[in-house]
Amino acid sequence: MDVQMWTYILVGITFALYIGIAIWSRAGSTSEFYIAEGAVNPLTNGMATAADWMSAASFLSMAGLISFMGYDGTVYLMGWTGGYVLLALLLAPYLRKFGKFTVPDFIGDRYYSNTARTVAVICALIVSFTYVAGQMRGVGLVFSKFLEVDIFWGVIIGMAIVFFYAVLGGMKGITYTQVAQYCVLIFAFMVPAFFISMQLTGSPIPQIGFGSTVTDGSGMYLLDKLDQLHTELGFAEYTSGTKSMQDVFFITVALMVGTAGLPHVIVRFFTVPKVKDARISVGYALIFIAILYTTAPAIAVFARTNLIETVSEQPYEEMPPWFSTWEETALLNWVDKNEDGIINYAPGAAIVGAPDIIRDGLDIRRGANNQVMLSNEVTANNNELYVDRDIMVLANPEIAGLPAWVAALVAAGGLAAALSTAAGLLLVISTSVSHDLIKKQFNKDISDKAELRYARIAAAVAVVVAGYFGINPPGFVAQVVAIAFGLAAASFFPAIILGIFYKKMNKQGALAGMIAGLIFTLAYIIYFKIAFPELNIPENWWFGISPEGIGTFGMLINLVVALSVRSFYPDPPEDVQEMVEGIRYPR
Amino acid sequence: MTQEKDLKGYWKKNLQYLSVLLSIWFTVSYGFGILLAPWLNNFKMGGFKLGFWFAQQGSIYVFVVLIFIYVFLMNRLDKKFGVNEEDA
Repeated sequence: MDVQMWTYILVGITFALYIGIAIWSRAGSTSEFYIAEGAVNPLTNGMATAADWMSAASFLSMAGLISFMGYDGTVYLMGWTGGYVLLALLLAPYLRKFGKFTVPDFIGDRYYSNTARTVAVICALIVSFTYVAGQMRGVGLVFSKFLEVDIFWGVIIGMAIVFFYAVLGGMKGITYTQVAQYCVLIFAFMVPAFFISMQLTGSPIPQIGFGSTVTDGSGMYLLDKLDQLHTELGFAEYTSGTKSMQDVFFITVALMVGTAGLPHVIVRFFTVPKVKDARISVGYALIFIAILYTTAPAIAVFARTNLIETVSEQPYEEMPPWFSTWEETALLNWVDKNEDGIINYAPGAAIVGAPDIIRDGLDIRRGANNQVMLSNEVTANNNELYVDRDIMVLANPEIAGLPAWVAALVAAGGLAAALSTAAGLLLVISTSVSHDLIKKQFNKDISDKAELRYARIAAAVAVVVAGYFGINPPGFVAQVVAIAFGLAAASFFPAIILGIFYKKMNKQGALAGMIAGLIFTLAYIIYFKIAFPELNIPENWWFGISPEGIGTFGMLINLVVALSVRSFYPDPPEDVQEMVEGIRYPR
Repeated sequence: MTQEKDLKGYWKKNLQYLSVLLSIWFTVSYGFGILLAPWLNNFKMGGFKLGFWFAQQGSIYVFVVLIFIYVFLMNRLDKKFGVNEEDA
């Protein structure tokens, strides 16, 4: 059986499973729809949180990114795990004790202000929509790569599945589907990793394997060998990286704090019965996440070594079959600059822009060595290879010569990761609208049943909007993930932390802080990422901080503004201060 | 002892735990993984340069351990100050 057949089978089975769970766990009340009645077992919630958190980006793109960034990839590894310590110690238990449905709920009640609530809703919506469009795109990509379905139909199928279990089951349906999705995605991520680690280093555990010696008999450590390969080809050492230290520092802070401030993650800890459960549940979540996050850097090293050894200084004619498969999808291309028929791999981009295949009618035009021809202008350096970073995880099983079912498993895993995250985000969007806007602001006397109906309508609309952006991604989607984290770091995180740990923080301070942090961060990111991308180089950055790391600065601005504005206005009312006192103790 | 005083003590102890654990969190991730990484890379553990290992492996393990230590400490503290939920 070939990869495509296997993919149909595995994707079919997993989708049937998700639908089955959705039917079994329909939601009947808003409490079930928003927080699964707060009755989720902490271990189950940990697993669901892990799937909720690990998106198409974590599963499909991260290892590939790290593979090209080397040490600099640390920003993602630490940045996307370290925030859980902040969640467990500073946020989750207190928000659980507060015991409402959403993050804007907390902001609105704590700062006794509907304006604050609305600012929080706007942040939640921007963050979630930015993020969900990327997930839908991921679904479309997997479908088009593995099943040769149009991206359009891929996204439609993905939408239909998410629609079914998110709209029907709400948080309850999502929780149990996410548990299933976690199992699928982690299995799919680990199986190729075990095999490849075994092949390259003789150790089946990737975390140990990439610190071991290679099996080619040289007795050399894998990482030393990779550093050597890098140096020979003119790249910076893999284990050292090229980003400045302050930029690595700021990006890591922004990602950590952003993680802890993401509404779809925080809301998962509203679903467990007790404060105690909220604490341990974060611990379980991080264990489940750490399994993937400690394997990813190993996969990055294996993939990088395999890639360099297979292609560098080798004649094109001796390339394995997968090379031409990926060539035809314009994700891996070779331009023979010096016309010697040998692939030269060196730092720098080989061509200008993304590969554009020349076609004569329906046929791909071939060059002297039968390689796929591109219309792109070539660059002046001697690098002849274009590699899309996303193929590192997708192509890894083929590059390592693993059986067809392993490649199919990766496709099913990628879909699980994208769908689980999309569902969590859609729920945040729908609760923000039905609960924080309609119930809390426009129609306070709304019945539970009517509110539930609005929640479902909002979820349905959100699915359609997300699908639209998945099919027609605004050109900048890939670049604006930074916005989601930057905004969460600069707006929610300081407001929540001050709300819990500083009883005397008043609404004027918190509001001014949130708005200042928000505007500053948005302006900086839009300036460098959207308005003037050509200016986006380290020389122009403030203090050498890239747009990815600027959320950290936004957070500091938020804190400073909040604390100074606070001193000009009266303390919060007694009952609010008592509430803050109350959330500090489990009972 | 009044209830009020009890709760103040509980919160103070909680803040103490937080500052110790967060200092470890900071030292391991930002200290060993970033600021001191170039220096730590002079040392090796198996095939790993130490700074690189802390950045891409060690820090994550420490994060997990820190959370479970906090859970343990707080469960004990909840019982000691009688604010644990089981007695409710």
